[in-house]
Amino acid sequence: MNTVFALAGVVIKEMYRRKDFYVLFVLTAVITLLMASMNFFNDSHIVRYIKGTCLLLIWICGLVVAVGIAARQIHAERESRTIFPLLAKPVSRGQVVAGKFFGCWLACGLALLVFYTFFAVIAGSRDSHWPLLLYFQAAWLQWWMLGIVLALVLLGSVVFTAPSSNATTCLVIIGGILLLGGHLNKLALREAEPLRTMVYAFYFSMPHLEWFDIRDFVIYDHALVGWSYWALATLYAGLYSAVLLVATWMVFRRKPLNL
Amino acid sequence: MKQPAPWSLLLLVGTACLSVATYLQPRAVALLAAEHNDSVLNILLGDSRRIFANQLFVEADVSFHSGYYPSVWDQAAAPKNSQHMTATEGSPEEEEHERQMSFLGPPTDWIDRFGRHFMITQHTHLSGGNEREILPWLKLSAAMDPHRIDTYTVASYWLRRALGKPKEAEQFLRDGLRDNPDSYELLLELGHVYAENFHEDQRAQDVLELALRRWQEKEGGKKEPDNHSKEEIVINLAHLEEQTGDIKDAVIHLQMAAAVSPHPQALYAQITELKAKLAQK
Repeated sequence: MNTVFALAGVVIKEMYRRKDFYVLFVLTAVITLLMASMNFFNDSHIVRYIKGTCLLLIWICGLVVAVGIAARQIHAERESRTIFPLLAKPVSRGQVVAGKFFGCWLACGLALLVFYTFFAVIAGSRDSHWPLLLYFQAAWLQWWMLGIVLALVLLGSVVFTAPSSNATTCLVIIGGILLLGGHLNKLALREAEPLRTMVYAFYFSMPHLEWFDIRDFVIYDHALVGWSYWALATLYAGLYSAVLLVATWMVFRRKPLNL
Repeated sequence: MKQPAPWSLLLLVGTACLSVATYLQPRAVALLAAEHNDSVLNILLGDSRRIFANQLFVEADVSFHSGYYPSVWDQAAAPKNSQHMTATEGSPEEEEHERQMSFLGPPTDWIDRFGRHFMITQHTHLSGGNEREILPWLKLSAAMDPHRIDTYTVASYWLRRALGKPKEAEQFLRDGLRDNPDSYELLLELGHVYAENFHEDQRAQDVLELALRRWQEKEGGKKEPDNHSKEEIVINLAHLEEQTGDIKDAVIHLQMAAAVSPHPQALYAQITELKAKLAQK
């Protein structure tokens, strides 16, 4: 386990050395503050459009950070040939996959902590309302959703030859699931066989990332998600991430290390 | 290699500047001329700004429903107009809207059932001053497409009715009238502001009379005119005339309203009442 955490530590250090996160955070902050500075009918209590914009940016940035950081992990080790001394430590390939995953996941967690703290300050300063438990649920669910995303991108990084193709493919798949995933059952019902069964099979087997998006609850000051459902969603994300990580390890185990 | 003389470089740069200036000058003049007639957004986005305006208006409607809104897969349930945004509780428009918006139905499978715990599943409308949250989207929508009338009327309705900002409502409607001088809907809404908020009855009456003239110009010749707006204009006019003692004109306007109303019984009763008052005089 120590090896896994040591590898994870390296990934976290890499994230705060790189400029990706800082650029995305500054961009989010500038756009949100610009939106907040706009005057609509001399009413300073209007806040939901700022919350909506800021949360949308947080979701986009979260995905970009996660995909960007995970897509290059294994590829960079193989390209710079540092994978050989790493595996000679000795570190198993399973530990490499787990270490990379935990590093990326914790790095995403830190990024989300910064983003949500900024969000809470902006929203709270505007409407003097601090639903911290709801913010916690939203950030937590997003973090676990990013866990599935990271596992998927790590799997892609041992399947695709370049980080760019991996990142692009993963972003298309994730975007597709987030936008259409919850509606595939309706789409399936409109189709004839055998397409209906195929669409339904995909609907049941894909990870339902849209469950983890409770931005509307935060924007419209809705009540908390039931804690039992919140826990079940966490378990679902954990299981999906584990399945994808095992698949990554199985592919990586037989993969030649030379590029 | 021999270096070129500084004066020859200067001459080259000067020639390049002159060429660029001659190329850009007529284009800049055309752009500035267009700017006098049109906004910068119009020049940059062209007709595509209407799509953005529609999307922003939908965003206002989503906000009005606190996130409960049909997706692209439930478009049959999507509101077709903005009447529900200004409909009073219990009105036929509100009841129709309530029926339309029950688009979720029972869950089809366990994924659907579980997923509903992470989405808003109750049909509500903003209330208690929270209506202000739709205003940014409406203002941005109006900036994108200044010819979309319901953007102004919906914003003004909530500004004057729920948020106590009739001055802002008047200003927004005046902005709308600048771009849509023939709009009877904007004039009708302006009439409401003057009558109900500023209590300037004479001014409201003048604006509503102008609204009626505009209605006749635009809708008079149509096969299916907007009778709902006409009914509202003439009923408001009749009430103002009744208040100022002009019973004769009030009766005429109520008769006009009864001619286009789907439920004229109450109007006939009012007409009889006013005629009795007129006879007493």
